[in-house]
Amino acid sequence: MVQDETARAIELRSPLLRVEQVSKHFPGVLALQDVSLEVYPGEVLGLVGENGAGKSTLMKILSGVYQPDGGQITLDGKPTVLHSPRQAQDLGISIIYQEFNLMPNLSVEENVFVGREPNTGKFVRWRELRRQTEQLLDQLGVQLHPGAIVRDLSVAEQQMVEIAKALSLNARLVIMDEPTSALTDTEAAALFAIIRGLKERGLAVIYISHRLEEIFTICDRVTVLRDGQLAGELPLAEATPDRIVRLMVGRPLGDLFRPEEAERRLEALAERSQAPVLEVRGLGRTGTVQDASALVLEDVSFSLRPGEIVGLAGLVGSGRTEIARAIFGADDYERGEILVDGQQVRVRSPRGAIHLGIGLVPEDRKLQALVLSLAIRENLGLSMLDRLSRFGIVRLGAERALARRMVDALRVRTPSIEQKVLNLSGGNQQKVVIAKWLALHPKILIMDEPTRGIDIGAKTEVHGLMHQLAADGVAILMISSELPEIVGMSDRVLVMRKGRIAGELARRDTTQEAIMALATGVANTAVAAA
Amino acid sequence: MTTETGAVAGTVAPEQTKRRFDPIELLGRFAPVIFLIVLAVIFTSQQPAFASEQNFWFLLRQNFVYGILAVGMTFVILTGGIDLSVGSVLAFAGLVAAAVAKGSNWRDVGNPDAGGTAVLLAALAAMAVGAGAGLIHGFAIAKLKVPAFVVTLGGLAAWRGAAQVMSQGQPINKFSDDYRYWGSQFIGPAPVPVVIFAAFVITGYLALRFTTYGRSIYAVGGNPEAARLSGLNTTGLIMSVYVISGFCAGLCGFLLTSRLGAAEVVAGQGYELIVIAAVVIGGTSLFGGEGSILGTLVGTLLIGVLNSGLAINNVNPYFQPIIIGVIVVLSVYLDQLAKRRRRG
Repeated sequence: MVQDETARAIELRSPLLRVEQVSKHFPGVLALQDVSLEVYPGEVLGLVGENGAGKSTLMKILSGVYQPDGGQITLDGKPTVLHSPRQAQDLGISIIYQEFNLMPNLSVEENVFVGREPNTGKFVRWRELRRQTEQLLDQLGVQLHPGAIVRDLSVAEQQMVEIAKALSLNARLVIMDEPTSALTDTEAAALFAIIRGLKERGLAVIYISHRLEEIFTICDRVTVLRDGQLAGELPLAEATPDRIVRLMVGRPLGDLFRPEEAERRLEALAERSQAPVLEVRGLGRTGTVQDASALVLEDVSFSLRPGEIVGLAGLVGSGRTEIARAIFGADDYERGEILVDGQQVRVRSPRGAIHLGIGLVPEDRKLQALVLSLAIRENLGLSMLDRLSRFGIVRLGAERALARRMVDALRVRTPSIEQKVLNLSGGNQQKVVIAKWLALHPKILIMDEPTRGIDIGAKTEVHGLMHQLAADGVAILMISSELPEIVGMSDRVLVMRKGRIAGELARRDTTQEAIMALATGVANTAVAAA
Repeated sequence: MTTETGAVAGTVAPEQTKRRFDPIELLGRFAPVIFLIVLAVIFTSQQPAFASEQNFWFLLRQNFVYGILAVGMTFVILTGGIDLSVGSVLAFAGLVAAAVAKGSNWRDVGNPDAGGTAVLLAALAAMAVGAGAGLIHGFAIAKLKVPAFVVTLGGLAAWRGAAQVMSQGQPINKFSDDYRYWGSQFIGPAPVPVVIFAAFVITGYLALRFTTYGRSIYAVGGNPEAARLSGLNTTGLIMSVYVISGFCAGLCGFLLTSRLGAAEVVAGQGYELIVIAAVVIGGTSLFGGEGSILGTLVGTLLIGVLNSGLAINNVNPYFQPIIIGVIVVLSVYLDQLAKRRRRG
């Protein structure tokens, strides 16, 4: 009903922003070709497309970072040239990037009004600054102290600071790039409430996301880009996930997670009932960099059998990544023991873990997994240099053969194995990370957010690989914040809360609601999951 | 720079990124070589003797110390580190070498050392002192996590101080012919220290290009966390590059003493900046992960050619640092320009 009203209201109004036939070339690539769209005041326009479809280029054009080669941008009915980010900002266009542009060492209020503090000539009027900041935060309905230092805030809170900053700039169009990628479901729900608030106040929002369910939750219309071109535009009433996906990838996709694979695997596992390849008993660690008494992990016990995919779910900060890093020897643990093939082991370094047949696909591929300045070949060889060398000399022939084999097997799209990883798209980078570990033939593979930030096509391929690995007998521990992924892929699910395992769900009992109930400790999670 | 910079990195990109001729990209990539050739041509046109074989060897002999130090420095900078202590370590190691060669009465400037094995011991002592100093630096940097800039700034002061304490302000001179051989004799037409320099360049080049060690150095410099999570011993690797740099400085201490016939407190003063300039001009990134020994060789030769060419043309020597400073900034700027071009 709400959507109908909006639709009617939109017809009456003229668009805030109109983009007509905009094109942008880069050397060797046509990034955008004749793309047109309109945004009306008081609406949320969803912008979707695979990586490389042109979303970021379009966004950078709207924010004045890039100049289009052709086409026209009209703001309030007036043709406008956006020649700098500053000018776009002055015209009321604010962008909230995935990686925030905040100064972590400054307070909330200083960040919101940076460069524009209320002042008396040379001096900042601190009390006025605080009053204005409080007002903005109130408008957003956010409980935040204006004096809090941004570094100490959660990702969700930092995002609120960004939004407050946009409001303080009198933004009329707010563009959000994957705003929920680092949020928990509860935090995302809070963000949606704020977006609805912005809408009611007549602001226009362009919402970029990979997560289709969010598009359906928050958007009024959807614009789909594919290969730099407009693939389609749909009012939400006419959109279905299937239709959007078909527009995005240009072909229909079956069930994303191929549940039949998991079912088949469960049967096979039940028949074999093998001994666990990994057992974790009573793992515990206390103390973080910020807080020496914080409980990071407590009494974590579970096991993994060969050929099994176990999902590890929980809110961000619940200890999922910490478990992965402890097993892999990246961080130390204080209590408990780890057994590999029934033998107690003490893993002191990633090097030691690799020797035991454990692999880790870390959560952040750019910061933790890849050397961007090196070629695909060199990245692939990195974790197995000792196997690829003789007397300390790298056997380049063997390394090239390995790289070619892995690039073919995982269908990494690249002109050559000598391509620097920097030049690959996110999905292809992730495939290189996974390939690096596959080449080692691990017995146990821990995958932390294996499909974060990659497009649907690549995602399906990664999931296919995981099924394949499990079929080959690898035990996989998959950490994911995407509940559909956890539900779709896992043979069973461990749910963490506050450093402990809150519960375990068998595949037949696994639903998003059940996971959220365990993760939040709230029995009725209808609100949180909505 | 981040996620999907303008879709250039997108799925449509790879097949189409056929390299076209881009003069600015090429200029940026080969800037140091081009500079080197242009300078050589200019100096030769003004003074034909510049291109003579004699001047060639002379030029190399003038610059072997910078060259050897720069090979060690390249390893350090490739990991994203820096070594400001090389000049001071060089001076201290030179004094130690002289003292070891002369034995118990090393303050006696009247008599030369005994030659023979004494010289060998002196060289070994200098290398050991250098490597030891590097080990201390490396330990503080890799294990204690003190920034490399700070540790080696401390080293810059402390090793010079150690040299002063040891020498008490007096140079040590008068050495045997055996001792002088390593710095001032020839093998065929080539000065001995230049042959040693060449050996360092070749070894460094092969090590970085073809060994697992070299690959690991690039990985640690490019992304230390990814390197660690790939099973590399990052702490050990980082320590090792300071040992290499210290070793080079130690050996240079001996060679310079041998060449000059004197071990002095002021030896190698200010060399760290020239050496870092040579490495940076050669295209090695101060952020680590990118660069090569061949680049460093070109950077060293560029500085050498510049110094000698200006001297031949009777240019006031005080202009040299100004010109080198400008070239450092310019070559890094052109390098950045080329990289931006390549990425679109």
